[in-house]
Amino acid sequence: MLKRVHFPSSPLPYLLVAPQIIVTLVFFMWPASQALYQSLLIEDAFGLSSEFVWFENFAALADDEQYLSTFWRTAVFSSLVAFLSMSVALILAGFADRVVKGATTYRTLLIWPYAVAPVLAGALWVFMFNPTLGIFPYFLDMIGIKWNHYLNGRQAMGLVIGAAAWKQVAYNFLFYLAAMQSIPRSIIEAAAIDGAGPVRRFWTQTLPLISPTTFFLIVINVVYAFFETFGIIHVVTQGGPASSTTILVYKVFNDGFVGLDLGGSAAQSVILMVIVIVMTVVQFRYVEKKVEY
Amino acid sequence: MVDIKLENLTKSYGDVEVLHHIEGDISDGEFIVIVGPSGCGKSTLLRMVAGLETVTSGEISIAGRVVNNLEPADRDIAMVFQNYALYPHMTVRENMAYGLKIRKIPKDEITRRVNEVADILEIREYLDRRPRQLSGGQRQRVAMGRAIVREPSVFLFDEPLSNLDAKLRVQMRLEIRKLQKRLGVTSIYVTHDQVEAMTLGDRLMVLNGGYVEQFGTPLELYERPASLFVAGFIGSPSMNFIPADVVDGGATLGIGVKLKTGSTASGKVTLGMRPEHMVLDKSGTIKIKVDMLEQLGANTLVHGALQGTDTSFVISLDGIQAAEIGAVLSFSAPIDALHLFDAETGIRLDG
Repeated sequence: MLKRVHFPSSPLPYLLVAPQIIVTLVFFMWPASQALYQSLLIEDAFGLSSEFVWFENFAALADDEQYLSTFWRTAVFSSLVAFLSMSVALILAGFADRVVKGATTYRTLLIWPYAVAPVLAGALWVFMFNPTLGIFPYFLDMIGIKWNHYLNGRQAMGLVIGAAAWKQVAYNFLFYLAAMQSIPRSIIEAAAIDGAGPVRRFWTQTLPLISPTTFFLIVINVVYAFFETFGIIHVVTQGGPASSTTILVYKVFNDGFVGLDLGGSAAQSVILMVIVIVMTVVQFRYVEKKVEY
Repeated sequence: MVDIKLENLTKSYGDVEVLHHIEGDISDGEFIVIVGPSGCGKSTLLRMVAGLETVTSGEISIAGRVVNNLEPADRDIAMVFQNYALYPHMTVRENMAYGLKIRKIPKDEITRRVNEVADILEIREYLDRRPRQLSGGQRQRVAMGRAIVREPSVFLFDEPLSNLDAKLRVQMRLEIRKLQKRLGVTSIYVTHDQVEAMTLGDRLMVLNGGYVEQFGTPLELYERPASLFVAGFIGSPSMNFIPADVVDGGATLGIGVKLKTGSTASGKVTLGMRPEHMVLDKSGTIKIKVDMLEQLGANTLVHGALQGTDTSFVISLDGIQAAEIGAVLSFSAPIDALHLFDAETGIRLDG
């Protein structure tokens, strides 16, 4: 006796999922496997010969002071980008949620930056903060701050963080606004009657009720800061001055395509891959279950 | 002394006026029910008292203090919402303590009050659960508890029972009534259910299309409805209406049936007769052709039409009665059971 429902087999389902599988294989699996393989090789700078060295590249990274400080720098960079863009988005969404007149216009304007390509966003900020031509250094000079992100590593870091966070605000804003609008109006009204003012309502009702969105955005933003900020950094500082804005993904590029250490670069990208996998697992297995109400 | 005064209250959204010149005095400890069909503005009126809607013109005062421009928090009110609006991320205990914490009441006092109210409402064993782990009836109790524990000077209820099943609704209705009498807190209750309104309210405010049709005790509304609308809305099954002419204190129904009305009014009127006031009477002048019988056990509803017309008619007779479909029965109505309304304005004609 048959224990399950059986359908006549047909090639149609395989055909339907084929494009997705092909795209995944060609653009994700194959490069990933290449990176894994490359990370076990040492190649000479001219690309004429390569030697299989097992995990020597990884061992070298573990001993590399610069690589370890890049790790730390990336952590600071991505947490600041995530924190900054999420908190600004949260505040804007909080206000947008209260706006009645002109809400659509306001929202549309806030969403625009998301449509700007990272490189263009970077170029925008480069112009605004150009030490000789930019408008912001001119204002900063008035209050006694000398701005030159070509020389000052902290200022350079601040600049890329600002640009990267600004670009991501729109995305976070969209999610936060949607989350806030899905909170039943009457809950907020009940809190108002219970005596909570707008600020308190925000902290004790709105914020806990949108916490699933917050956790989702933390992961998305950290991943964004890890990888997609490459364009911004490349345009604004090229990782400088003196590597002060070189984050992991920029170092992968720099070591591989500028320094021509392909094996070391591949090893770094493998480590990045592992980090992303771990973060994704944490997101789905752990964090999502902890958020409950 | 917590009395509520509504003076010449108006509410508009843009150019559309939805509440027109509402007047009402509510005295201390009174249970007022605002009742009307959906869209009549009753919830809007309640939300204005709560401070969730702005007042376009007129004045609301609570305990002698004009509250038009006060935040809901400063009005010393508590409200039970139709969907309960419990805070989903807090336990029942936290839900009830929320308002008290904000008012900076000492911890042990909060614990004492929450436990006390939990005992009254018999929700003590759910105190550490979250709202989604409760049934509809339990959530309703928690919502009540959250209102009571604050010890406000006014309770506002926005159709709190409409999400419960029929049996639970009847039970909670009695409990709310008992609780309100026991606590003696001035209350305003909004509902579209006229039975709920009749059983709960000390006085009823009947709203229709943003106008107050009548404001009085349930019996006043039943015995002397001020308008055709109130007459049709209060009482179940609803009142029968027949167009008639009144001449010299006697009414002539469309088909020439004559009735004594005891009224001094004259001209075109609408005559109202409650189904339960009609009396089976062989010599009666009102002849009804029976279309259908509804046997409810305690009484029998006779559906039919006034003989010779299309005017439908319902009569409620005590006990179990039998009649053949298509038979013609004769009824009479006592003079004091007749209600006369102006045919054009629908306003009660007295006499």
